[in-house]
Amino acid sequence: MATEHTPGMQTLLLEREIEQFYYAEADMLDERRFNEWLALFTDDVRYWMPLVANVQYRHMDKEYSREGVDNAWIDEDKRTLTQRVQQLATGIHWAEEPRSRMSHLITNVRILDVGPSLDDPRELTTKCRFLIYRNRMETEVDVLVGKRSDVLRKEQGQWRVARREIFLDQNVLLSKNLTTFF
Amino acid sequence: MKFSADQLESLVNTAQGTVSREVFVNQDIFQQELEQVFARSWLMVGHESQIPKPNDYIVSRMGQDSVIVTRDPQGEIHVLLNSCRHRGMKVCRYDSGNSRSFTCPYHAWSYSIDGSLVEIPGELVGVPGFDQHYKGELDKKAWGLVPCPLVVNYKGTIWANWDSTAPSFEEYLGDMRLYLDAALDHRDGSPGGSEILGGVQKWRMPCNWKFPPENFIGDHYHDISHRSVNLVGIGPSEGKGRRDTTRPNIIMGFPNLGHGVIGHPPHYEEPDYTPQFTRYPELAEYFSDIHATRVKNLGDKMRVQTGAATIFPSMSFHGRQPRTLAVFHPVSPTEMEMWRYYLVDKDAPDSVKAAMRAYYLRYSGPGGMTESDDAENWGYATDASKGVIARRYDYNYQMGMGHAKPVPGLKDAVEGGDTTEENARIYYRRWKQMMQGKGWDELMAGARGQQRGNM
Repeated sequence: MATEHTPGMQTLLLEREIEQFYYAEADMLDERRFNEWLALFTDDVRYWMPLVANVQYRHMDKEYSREGVDNAWIDEDKRTLTQRVQQLATGIHWAEEPRSRMSHLITNVRILDVGPSLDDPRELTTKCRFLIYRNRMETEVDVLVGKRSDVLRKEQGQWRVARREIFLDQNVLLSKNLTTFF
Repeated sequence: MKFSADQLESLVNTAQGTVSREVFVNQDIFQQELEQVFARSWLMVGHESQIPKPNDYIVSRMGQDSVIVTRDPQGEIHVLLNSCRHRGMKVCRYDSGNSRSFTCPYHAWSYSIDGSLVEIPGELVGVPGFDQHYKGELDKKAWGLVPCPLVVNYKGTIWANWDSTAPSFEEYLGDMRLYLDAALDHRDGSPGGSEILGGVQKWRMPCNWKFPPENFIGDHYHDISHRSVNLVGIGPSEGKGRRDTTRPNIIMGFPNLGHGVIGHPPHYEEPDYTPQFTRYPELAEYFSDIHATRVKNLGDKMRVQTGAATIFPSMSFHGRQPRTLAVFHPVSPTEMEMWRYYLVDKDAPDSVKAAMRAYYLRYSGPGGMTESDDAENWGYATDASKGVIARRYDYNYQMGMGHAKPVPGLKDAVEGGDTTEENARIYYRRWKQMMQGKGWDELMAGARGQQRGNM
């Protein structure tokens, strides 16, 4: 029996659906099915990863670099995400040739907002954590951990990522490059 | 172990065109570099647009030392060692902020930069228990934050030098100054007027710190590194390649100063306008207008154009596409921390800044499609130089040896055409001279024309 503190079946099913969407996405990346992965994004996607600064507690609003104005680690649209996939396919992108081994772990998935309604979910705001393990050549290891906030939109009956904000928990990046997708 | 002048001569043999791998992996050489190169050279510590207001500060690095770059209430910029004089704790652990004093979190010694309160910026003003525990006997004036003696704001870039006997920044640059100007000046040809996009990309790379400045100093030869982005086409205009085309550049270096650049020698007329950033048609008018203003502003004055360049020892920049500044901080012989700043004209419309920003980020930084491949090469070059057998075999720097010739219009500069390793030889010769502990009279003798340096 549902009480007001227990999520309804519709919510549980939606949460399950979105978790599976993210796990399938992680498989595409880790199995290097990059063209399939690209198709998960809307044509107007914004894929943005700001810098994070050490600031005083009273300036926490300045912790992340500002979107569209400041520097960032990565700031992409569909065209440039596509170019990154094309670069991987050249076989002479030395940073990923030979390919790194990667595992994307996605956890703490939450749906923060459902629009226009739970009965007819067409746009979602979600939040999750990621842990990406990259192992390269013989002994190189990168561990990238952080938060991700997405806007998912339903297009032709399929969920698509319309916006992705990536908050990496590193001030000085401890990897020589960022050639993984988040 | 300290490497003697003779040992250094054999490690860097510019007559033979060889450099020993020890220079890239040896711990003792690294320590000597910190003392002889980093503690004596002009190092870029930031940009004035990071500290626009009184009491604004950023934390930066000089060699392995943490420094605070701060603007006092009177508007002067100071560089102070970020370490309490009592027990060494960092007195500032934020990347940036606004404060006229810094209080150590360990025992609360506090230091002020307010010129109306203290004679020397960074002076010790607060000591808990000064009367009770120190009996009023501590000489506060003698225990302020250590100030860097030489600081200069050059067209917005802030540079500092720990060696008070060093030549002025402008003399240190020589005619290389023209090329730095070409990066820092407004695109319309008026002096200065650039700012950086907020925030600095900082990242660690498992490579010796000298690989990137050598790469930026004029290594046209490494284009294979970037073939994948050329195929994909990441330039600001449609088509293959990674930047808008320009007249062919040549490699020019300053044998008595150590700097080098890929660019155009001095000329007196502006090349005709060619469309750029054509992926952004709405900006076409802006770029053609700015070219017309540039033609008018510069008239028949001398000008240069700069591509990638390095100011000895550890700062590189690109004056055109992407217009960036970079600093390579030494961490260990086999690790460095790279900082990247992105330049735009301060008064450019937001739409232009946005287009530049998008292009810059696509190209440079750890997520940049070009720079990510550089990291792979520099890292594994360092790694493969560690072995005892590998160390017996020097690197080859013989390309174009003996073929450099003077550059008309530049003082004390040589050029080696489109592709040469002349600039790397110049860079490592300068590095050797500084590592040998030569004084500034001797180091600057060549540039000052008193005598030609031993080349």
